[in-house]
Amino acid sequence: MSQFSPVLTKSWFKPASHTYAGYKANGGYEALPMALKMQPAEIIDAVKASNLRGRGGAGFPTGMKWSFVPKDSPKPKYLCVNADESEPGTFKDRLILEQDPHSLMEGIAIASYAIGVHTAYIYIRGEYLEQAEILEKAIAECYEAGIFGKSVLDSGWQLDVYVHRGAGAYICGEETALLESLEGKKGWPRLKPPFPAVVGLFGSPTVVNNVETINTVPTIIKMGAANYAALGTPKSGGTRLVCVSGHVNKPGVYEIPMTLSFNDLIHKEEWCGGIPGGRKVKAVIPGGSSAPVLHHSELDVAAEYEALKAIDNMAGSGAVVVMDDSTCMVRALWRVSKFYAEESCGQCTPCREGTVWMERIIKKIEEGQGEHKDLDLLKSVVNAIAPYPPIGLGTTICALGDAAALPVHSFVDKFREEFEQHINEKRCPFPHPFGVLADEGVRS
Amino acid sequence: MAAPFTTEQQKQFDEEMEKHLARFPEGGKGAAILPGLHIVQDLIGWIPPEGMVQVAEKCQATPERVREVASFYVMYFTEPKGKHVIDVCTNISCSLRGAETLIRHMEEKLGVSMGEITDDKLITLREFECLGACGNAPVLQVDSRFHMNMTLKKADQLIEDLRKQAGKKS
Repeated sequence: MSQFSPVLTKSWFKPASHTYAGYKANGGYEALPMALKMQPAEIIDAVKASNLRGRGGAGFPTGMKWSFVPKDSPKPKYLCVNADESEPGTFKDRLILEQDPHSLMEGIAIASYAIGVHTAYIYIRGEYLEQAEILEKAIAECYEAGIFGKSVLDSGWQLDVYVHRGAGAYICGEETALLESLEGKKGWPRLKPPFPAVVGLFGSPTVVNNVETINTVPTIIKMGAANYAALGTPKSGGTRLVCVSGHVNKPGVYEIPMTLSFNDLIHKEEWCGGIPGGRKVKAVIPGGSSAPVLHHSELDVAAEYEALKAIDNMAGSGAVVVMDDSTCMVRALWRVSKFYAEESCGQCTPCREGTVWMERIIKKIEEGQGEHKDLDLLKSVVNAIAPYPPIGLGTTICALGDAAALPVHSFVDKFREEFEQHINEKRCPFPHPFGVLADEGVRS
Repeated sequence: MAAPFTTEQQKQFDEEMEKHLARFPEGGKGAAILPGLHIVQDLIGWIPPEGMVQVAEKCQATPERVREVASFYVMYFTEPKGKHVIDVCTNISCSLRGAETLIRHMEEKLGVSMGEITDDKLITLREFECLGACGNAPVLQVDSRFHMNMTLKKADQLIEDLRKQAGKKS
């Protein structure tokens, strides 16, 4: 893979990459004039042809999403950029906002022109205060440079862009909850249909796209849809960003080819460089904590949408969490389940009640109080939220139910012996169920 | 109902709200509720009922709706908090790199449990869900600003710095 060269991240960590001047110096804002010479429909066709898939988690084809916006609607249309990055393990969008905010700005301008949008909102999670400040600066630079404002690059196209801060709620990353939150309500997902493309923000046609998705648009226009598509696989165009965390020597955001396997990503020197202390991988979360966990015997699969789907898994948000053989899988699942119990919005009964039940049962097992019938109880609760496989059988309005269920299904199914060991021994058999801090020394 | 702001704060609140209200169409002014609550909290440290009423009036919404919003999101404090808020991430990636130890250490050092305010009202310590800096785990935020690759030493230093800062000002 040494011949692989990144197309999205090549300017990252260069001096002043986050400024207008720095972005321009690295070849930025060359795609926007090209796009403005095209017809809006041509841009949508190009994005379709690029096989770009949404990078927020669902992997829906972006060009198709844009094409669902009715052309003849008398209502204003909106673009909402989803910067509510909250899926556990995910931090790629934060890096984009810090390193390459103008690529996002250019993407917003191109997408807005293509869809027919005059007002775009960037909904950013409230905790990203420093990143919101970077965006405010970038937006001000864009107004100054005539990228935004009354006439985008003198084309006559008006575009206003605003940053809107959330206030701490994972659910607002779900696109309809995001719209509710943006409208000034609690983040309760909407029943679909109607889809946001038809009835979205303020009842108007709206496209909600993830930061990385929009950030990729200038690259597609610049290098050409066919060239971009050719970087990927037949159904998943281009490259993608993954965020690797947990027990690896070099955690971080990597731009990878779609064909790269988890084994290579984790172990190869040019990527994450293996596991600290020469330990072995036990399990890997492949796409954010909502994705089913991968057993160490499954790591030859490519970190890509179709390959993962074929094994009833998902590429999700690109968050790869690596757990070495010292990790207690019961403890890990308990922590993941605690998150969903905390973040369930409370609207649907199976999720509101079920997430709390699951968290309690897993905690009970981890603390050595578990009984064998608890595993059956856990299965019955999880099946009431979302049976599995395949992914997507959830009984709730939004996918948070599925997201809470998938780790429970997969951890228990793939590491059942660890759960049984906890129950049989009436204790957690791991001396250090989780990792240790850098200044605590190496674990025994 | 008593005014939540000083005259100067009121002026700032009004100005900031105007800026946000202008971003939304007629009939959609409720969208300024989240920004409004952030503004109130930035000005006076938390969001008292009087602050919610002010936001409601600006946004053509009922105080009940504003209260519903304020209570839904974890970044809003509807009761007084410490001068600084330390949010320690304990989600999966941070826990895999020792966040549980970090939390126990900070609780001991500050003499509080998660969710409590120190006696001197300086620090509210909270356990927080994924902060989006998992490649630099474990992480925490002080007043929504990141501190990454935390160690016990760095945590001690951080607390000391906050205490020193407060001492200087008083």
